[in-house]
Amino acid sequence: MSLFKKVTLASSIAIGLSLSASVLAENIAIVGAKIHTVSAAGVIDKGTVLIKDGRIQQIIEGTDLPSGYREVNAKGKVVTPGFIGAATSLGLVEVSSSAGTVDARVESHPISTVGAALDVQYALNNDSTLIPITRIEGFTSAATGLGSTEQLFLGQGAFITLATTYQPVMKARAFMKLSVGNSGADDNGGSRAALWVAINQSFDEAKFAKSYTMDPSQDWLGLTTMSDAKALIPVLDGKMPLVVNADRAADIMQVIALKKRYSGLNIILASGVEAWRVADELAKHNIPVILDPESNLPGAFDQIGATLENAARLQKAGVIVAIGMDTHNIRLATQHAGNAVANGLPHSAGIASLTINVAKMFGMDDQIGSLEPGKVADLVIWSGDPLEVTQTAEQVFIKGEQIDMTSRQTKLLDRYLNRDVKKPVGYTRP
Amino acid sequence: MLNIKLKFGLALAVSVALVAGCSNDKQEEKQKGVTGIDKNPFPSTYQKIESKPIVITNVTILDGIGGKIEAGEILLKDGVIVGVGKSVNAPSESIEIDGQGKWVTPGIIDNHSHLGVYPSPSTRSHSDGNEMTSPVTAEVWAEHSIWPQDPGFQRSLAGGVTSLQILPGSANLFGGRSVTVKNLPNRTIQDMKFPDAPYGIKMACGENPKRVYGAKGGPMTRMGNVAGYRQAWAQADEYRTKWADYTTELEAGGSPKRPTRDLNLDTLAGVLDGDIIVHMHCYRADDMGTMMDVMKEFNYKIGTFHHAVEAYKIADKLAENNVCSAMWADWWGFKMEAYDGIKENIPMVHAANACAIVHSDSDLGIQRLNQEAAKAWADGKRAGIDISQADAWQWLSANPAKSLGIFDKTGSLEAGKNADIVLWSTDPFSTYAQADKVFIDGAMVYDRSNPGSWPVSDFELGQIAEGDAK
Repeated sequence: MSLFKKVTLASSIAIGLSLSASVLAENIAIVGAKIHTVSAAGVIDKGTVLIKDGRIQQIIEGTDLPSGYREVNAKGKVVTPGFIGAATSLGLVEVSSSAGTVDARVESHPISTVGAALDVQYALNNDSTLIPITRIEGFTSAATGLGSTEQLFLGQGAFITLATTYQPVMKARAFMKLSVGNSGADDNGGSRAALWVAINQSFDEAKFAKSYTMDPSQDWLGLTTMSDAKALIPVLDGKMPLVVNADRAADIMQVIALKKRYSGLNIILASGVEAWRVADELAKHNIPVILDPESNLPGAFDQIGATLENAARLQKAGVIVAIGMDTHNIRLATQHAGNAVANGLPHSAGIASLTINVAKMFGMDDQIGSLEPGKVADLVIWSGDPLEVTQTAEQVFIKGEQIDMTSRQTKLLDRYLNRDVKKPVGYTRP
Repeated sequence: MLNIKLKFGLALAVSVALVAGCSNDKQEEKQKGVTGIDKNPFPSTYQKIESKPIVITNVTILDGIGGKIEAGEILLKDGVIVGVGKSVNAPSESIEIDGQGKWVTPGIIDNHSHLGVYPSPSTRSHSDGNEMTSPVTAEVWAEHSIWPQDPGFQRSLAGGVTSLQILPGSANLFGGRSVTVKNLPNRTIQDMKFPDAPYGIKMACGENPKRVYGAKGGPMTRMGNVAGYRQAWAQADEYRTKWADYTTELEAGGSPKRPTRDLNLDTLAGVLDGDIIVHMHCYRADDMGTMMDVMKEFNYKIGTFHHAVEAYKIADKLAENNVCSAMWADWWGFKMEAYDGIKENIPMVHAANACAIVHSDSDLGIQRLNQEAAKAWADGKRAGIDISQADAWQWLSANPAKSLGIFDKTGSLEAGKNADIVLWSTDPFSTYAQADKVFIDGAMVYDRSNPGSWPVSDFELGQIAEGDAK
């Protein structure tokens, strides 16, 4: 059996490579599930996923598998790639309100005048309880960034794994954030008339900075600080995606004009409440959208056209859509995607909006986002359709490791379900 | 996700039982009593929409009080439910709706909404939910803030919400009176007031009052909060005695000196009289425990703890004291008092035989409360708490109706009750279920299949995407 030989060979190589990493070189076969590969292989009604050295080795139709794997029975279950939080502040906040330092919010500091230099990679707390609470619901990685800076840019975000590790960063400086809607205008002179001139000025300065000696011995009288201008260079070059929050159709058209003005920009639109109205333009300019499909109220005068069909209309026009804008409850992005499906988004696009589409936007699709040989084995066994509110993640694997499906919340549940009524509650130790 | 609305808790208001819209002298006199005080100065002018009888056939029915009927029928006539069962005797002029593959439930009742007081668009000029000028403002009434043109009403109607309680926010210890409405907004707020629904009062525990008033003269601590409630109740008790003495003397033919009227104490005295229902924003188990003692000390009743994120920790005590808990399925962590939220809160409260309610406190959440119940139901089942769907629907209709004092009128599919019902496209415990048709008082007020019939608020007329699928 040639497959078996390949497996053996691969595993001996892997043992050598993985000694420094951890103990995870377990070969696992997840057997018999309906598999959403989110790749050209589509949905396999009954198949088996082979995991080796923390990566997807192969997806097989049926349940016949080579020896040498620990079998995980997933018959009657559904398997997907690990879901990816598209717009979060995971690792940057524990409790948002009146509870001490929140690293997701930055106040003014001399290092930056426009916010571009700010960088969350140094602020991540891998012990945050939000991480296990999120991952046991099927989310294995996330884009994480600042929630507010009261400046022009919202700094540089990171892409992180939700595994237990002191090194959660999969990609530092993974994206730059900017808001050009009402909130962006409010923080920048109270008007888009100031906001957009400042944006143009910042990029012009970054362009200048490319061929300028950027050290403290030089004169620099820009709007940006030197750190800001340096941070914007990879954005100009399209190496760092620019995530732009905008809702109003007119604002989105300005975002498209920005891309024409600085042709290297790799723009991701976020929120995009009225994006459906300019869907064709977005498709034409290859601008994907991260959105909350449940935003259907005119919350402000830049969200008047809100509709539950936003995701469906964008997808139909050929725009790549990701779903998931939250932090404590980013786990509910499955429900959000389900509601997008209820309002016209194809189910396969709903799954893609939580996986491969997010990975593509952040340039992580060579590693994660689908179940294909060679990709990191971030995957989830679900009790059923993951977009159904009554279904759940039964077992999550991150980098091929079967994770402990507990969190602070499951501990609280266990304590109060099994409380010893004869003693103070602290003595019930789940 | 955290908008300003949710930073404040919810409160409900209750009202004195009144005869709506009655103008005959005797009734008016009864209402005012010898003191001449009108206890219902803003009477409901709600009018149900006329409709032919409607019969829905061949449909799965959850009656809202634990019953489930497969391939059943339900008849709505003259605004009320006439029959529910395997078959009903529909008059020949009835409109018949084939319910094949669909489900019927009672209309959803949200006992915690800020629609109208924190409407969309959420501008400062519309933020009318928190009278943050003093920690005790029982004299304010949410109905005087509600903007009936909030497009949120129509959105929640499309989610199957037929009645809701609109509360002041939770900045204050006593936030003011709430009001219960039919989800049929019209030109004035009186046009949507639920006829004969009692008033509620919104109170708030914990972080919000101390955060708002900490630097404005207090309270700045939880102990300051509790002192504030107790002082107010003590004053209300004296006030009530003063008016009782005055009334007694007056009725005996004397000419006592009329006490000065205090609108704040009027409302608080209404609670002590049992006419106004207490809706108390409270997250932590220990805060709720304290409030149940304050309740006993001053001999009033807390109808419902709202949010009650830690209700699961004291579900037995809530059952003992007969206090409902209105909860989210899974919100947590946005402040310290929400840090211990767990997904099994609702089923654990239910399992302890306490009254569990699914509430929204959100203009988005209110549009899919059935999904919130579905999540809680499924999470409970996985934790070994097996509750039938038919029983779980009590969280959405019967229990909130009880908490609002309107269960004699709506909240279940029983003959004689208001015909407030929803026809769902499929099992409403599914993400993919949608409210196909919604009926209030026997009239079809939302029909998903007929976009031309969808109600549109004044605000959205002439704006982008007017009448679009929302």
